[in-house]
Amino acid sequence: MTTEMTSEALFEAMRRSIIDGDDERAAELAGEALRAGVDPLRAIDDGFVIGLREVGDRFSRGDMFLPEMMLAAKAMKRAVAVLEPELDRRAMKRQVLGRVVIGSVKGDIHEIGKNLVATMLAAAGFEVHDLGVDVPFDRFVEKAREVDADIVGVSALLTTTMTGQRTVIETLAAGGLRPRVKVIVGGAPVTREWAEEIGADGYGEDAAQAVTVARRLVGAADAAVV
Amino acid sequence: MTPLRPRLELLDAALVERVLGEAFALLLDPGVRVRSPEVAELLAAAGASVADGVARIPEGPVRAALVTVPHEFALHDRAGDPVVRYGSGEVHFDPGSSGVHVLDPETLEHRSSRSADLVRLVQVAEMLPQYAAQSTAVVCADVPAAIGDLYRLFLVLLHSDKPIVTGAFTAQTTEVMIDLLAADAGGRRALEARPRAVFDVCPSPPLTWTEFAGSNLVALARAGVPAEIVSMPLAGGAAPVTLVGSVVQHAAECLSGIAIHQLARPGAPVVWGGAPAILDMRAGTTPMGAIETAMIDAACAQVGRSLGLPTHAYLGASDAKIVDAQAGLESGISAILGALAGIDMISGAGMLDFLLCQSAEKLVIDAEAIGMAKRLMRGVETPTETLATAAFREAGLEGRFLELAETNRLFRREQHLPSRVIDRVSHRTWQEAGALDTFARARRRVDEVLATYRRPVIPVGVEAEMVALVRGEARRAGMDILPGVPAR
Repeated sequence: MTTEMTSEALFEAMRRSIIDGDDERAAELAGEALRAGVDPLRAIDDGFVIGLREVGDRFSRGDMFLPEMMLAAKAMKRAVAVLEPELDRRAMKRQVLGRVVIGSVKGDIHEIGKNLVATMLAAAGFEVHDLGVDVPFDRFVEKAREVDADIVGVSALLTTTMTGQRTVIETLAAGGLRPRVKVIVGGAPVTREWAEEIGADGYGEDAAQAVTVARRLVGAADAAVV
Repeated sequence: MTPLRPRLELLDAALVERVLGEAFALLLDPGVRVRSPEVAELLAAAGASVADGVARIPEGPVRAALVTVPHEFALHDRAGDPVVRYGSGEVHFDPGSSGVHVLDPETLEHRSSRSADLVRLVQVAEMLPQYAAQSTAVVCADVPAAIGDLYRLFLVLLHSDKPIVTGAFTAQTTEVMIDLLAADAGGRRALEARPRAVFDVCPSPPLTWTEFAGSNLVALARAGVPAEIVSMPLAGGAAPVTLVGSVVQHAAECLSGIAIHQLARPGAPVVWGGAPAILDMRAGTTPMGAIETAMIDAACAQVGRSLGLPTHAYLGASDAKIVDAQAGLESGISAILGALAGIDMISGAGMLDFLLCQSAEKLVIDAEAIGMAKRLMRGVETPTETLATAAFREAGLEGRFLELAETNRLFRREQHLPSRVIDRVSHRTWQEAGALDTFARARRRVDEVLATYRRPVIPVGVEAEMVALVRGEARRAGMDILPGVPAR
C-alpha cells in the first residue's frame, strides 16, 4: 500500500514538473522512478504525459502561453531521455501516434512556425523528425522513407517559396510514397485553396490546428486532445 | 511662430546610445549570417571576418557606411515632382503591401487576390490624397508566380501617377522591374535622378541576410534605385522578448544592411525600415495592431533618426478579419503613434489579418485616421495676431463667431474635414440616410471614389514599351493574356 501511495505521489510530482516546465525536476523524478523500479512506460503514461495533456488543455483554453508550453515540452523531452535506456533494455516502446517528418522548404529559412508545430506534435505524442530549414525537396522523401513516416509537414512563409510545397508532394509521389504518406502544409501565405490545389492532405491555420489535422490523418481524431 | 510639433519619443538619449552600442556588439558576436557569396566578399574586403557563412562586422565599415548614406532623398510622381520626401521630417503613408487575400465587400470572404483586385485597390488609393504613395498591395493569383513581383509593379505603373513602394522576389525579375521603371522615367539615368519607386528588402530574423535579400540589396544599390530595409524582429519568437531587445536586433540588422548596401555603392539611397511585431503568446501569431508592435516601431525609428537616416515602419494595419471595431481602433491608434514618432513612410493601411488581407473599404476608413494623424501633426497653430481677444471684439458676447470672416478663412485649416465615412450627423439624419455603419459607409465611399477615377495619361510610346517588356516576360512564364491591362 505504501509503495502504491509513493508511486501515486511520484506520478503527481511528475505531472507537476511538466506543468511547471521544470526540466531539472522532471529529469530528477524520472531518475527516481528508475531507482524505485517503477515501470518506465507507466512513468510516462501515468505521470509525465498527464501533465503534458493538462498543459495542452490549458493552452487551448487560453490559460497557458507558448513559452510555458515550450518549457513543458522541453521538460517532457528530458524526462523521456532519462527513461529511454531502461525502455530499450526492457525492449519496450512508447506508443507513438505516428511519425512525422517536418521542415521549412528549400529557399525558406523561417522556422518559428515550423518549430511550434514540431513541438506541439511531439508533445501530442508524435515522433517528430525535424529537418530544419531550407530543406531540399529530395531530403523530405529520403527521410520519410528512412523513418517510415506517416506524415510529411512542409512549411513555407514566403509566397515565393510556397510553390516548393507542391514540388515536395510531386517528389514524394515520384518516389512512390503517395498517397500512403500524408502531407500537411502550413505557413502564413498558405491557404486552404492552395492546399487543395497542390493536393495536400491537410492544412492548419496555426500550430494547434496542425495537431488536430495530424491526429485526424493518423486516425486518432477522437483520442483526448493534448 | 511655429507650433510645437507633437512628438513621441520612447527612448532617452542614453538608451539610444546603449541600443546602438549593443547593436554594434551583435554585429561582432554572434555576427550576421550572410548566404550570398557576393555579400560575404564585400564584407570581407571591408574588414569583416567571414567564416561558415557568418560575417563578424567591426564597427569601422559600418561607421563608414553611415557617413556615405544619404540623409534625404525623394520619390517622384509621374510628372517628376518629389512628392515623397524621405528624411524631410514629413510623415507619408502608403497602403500595406503583398497581401495574398482581399476582403470581398459583399460576402466578407477572404479570397485570393487577383489582378482586378490590385487595380481596384490602386484606383482607390490614387484618389485619396492621404496616400502619398502607392504600394504593390497584393499578389495576383491569376499571374504566374515567376513574374508575380514585376507584374504587380506593371499594373501599378499603368494605373497610377504616384510614387510606389514595391519589392522583388528574384534577381532576374529585379532587373525587369528596374527596366520597367526606367521605361516609365525615360531611361536609367532619368530613373536614378528622379526615382519613382523604393524596393523593400527584408533581412530574416534573427540577423540573417538570405542569398536573395543580400544580393538584392547589392543590385539595387548598384542601379541607384532606393532600397528600404524592412527588418522584422519578432519579440519573443525570433528576437528577444523585451521591446528594447528587439529594437537592438532591428538596429543590428539595419546597420549590417546599410553597410552591405553602401559597400556596393556609396551614396545610394536606403531607408532604415521595419515591420517588427511581438509574438502573440497564445496564438503564435504576429499581431501588427498590438500596442507593443507600435512601440517597437516608434523606438526603432527613433534610433534610425538619431543616425540621421530616413525611416519607415509598418503601422496602420489591423489583425481583425473584417472591418470592425478592432480594425478601426488598432489601425487608428497605430497610425497616430507612427505619425507622432515622425516616421517618414508608414506602410500598412488597408491591411487586415496580419498583413495577409487587403481591403479597399478599409483603405478609405484608414484614410480618415491618416487625415486625423496629419492634423494632429500640425499641432496647435497660432494663425491670428491675438489668440482670441480680436475675435471677441468682433463677435461680442453674443458669440457670433460663425459669421466672422476669420472663421471662414481659417476653418479649413483648423479642422480636418472628414469624408462621409466618418459619421457626424444627428441620429435622425443618420437613420433617414439608411442607418449605415462604418463599413457600409466605406463601401459607398469606395464606389464614389472609383466613379471619379481617371487613368493617368501615359505617353503612348512609354506604355507600349512597358507592355512589350511585360508581354515577353509573361509569355516566357506561360501567360498569353495580360490581365488588368486596359484597352487603349
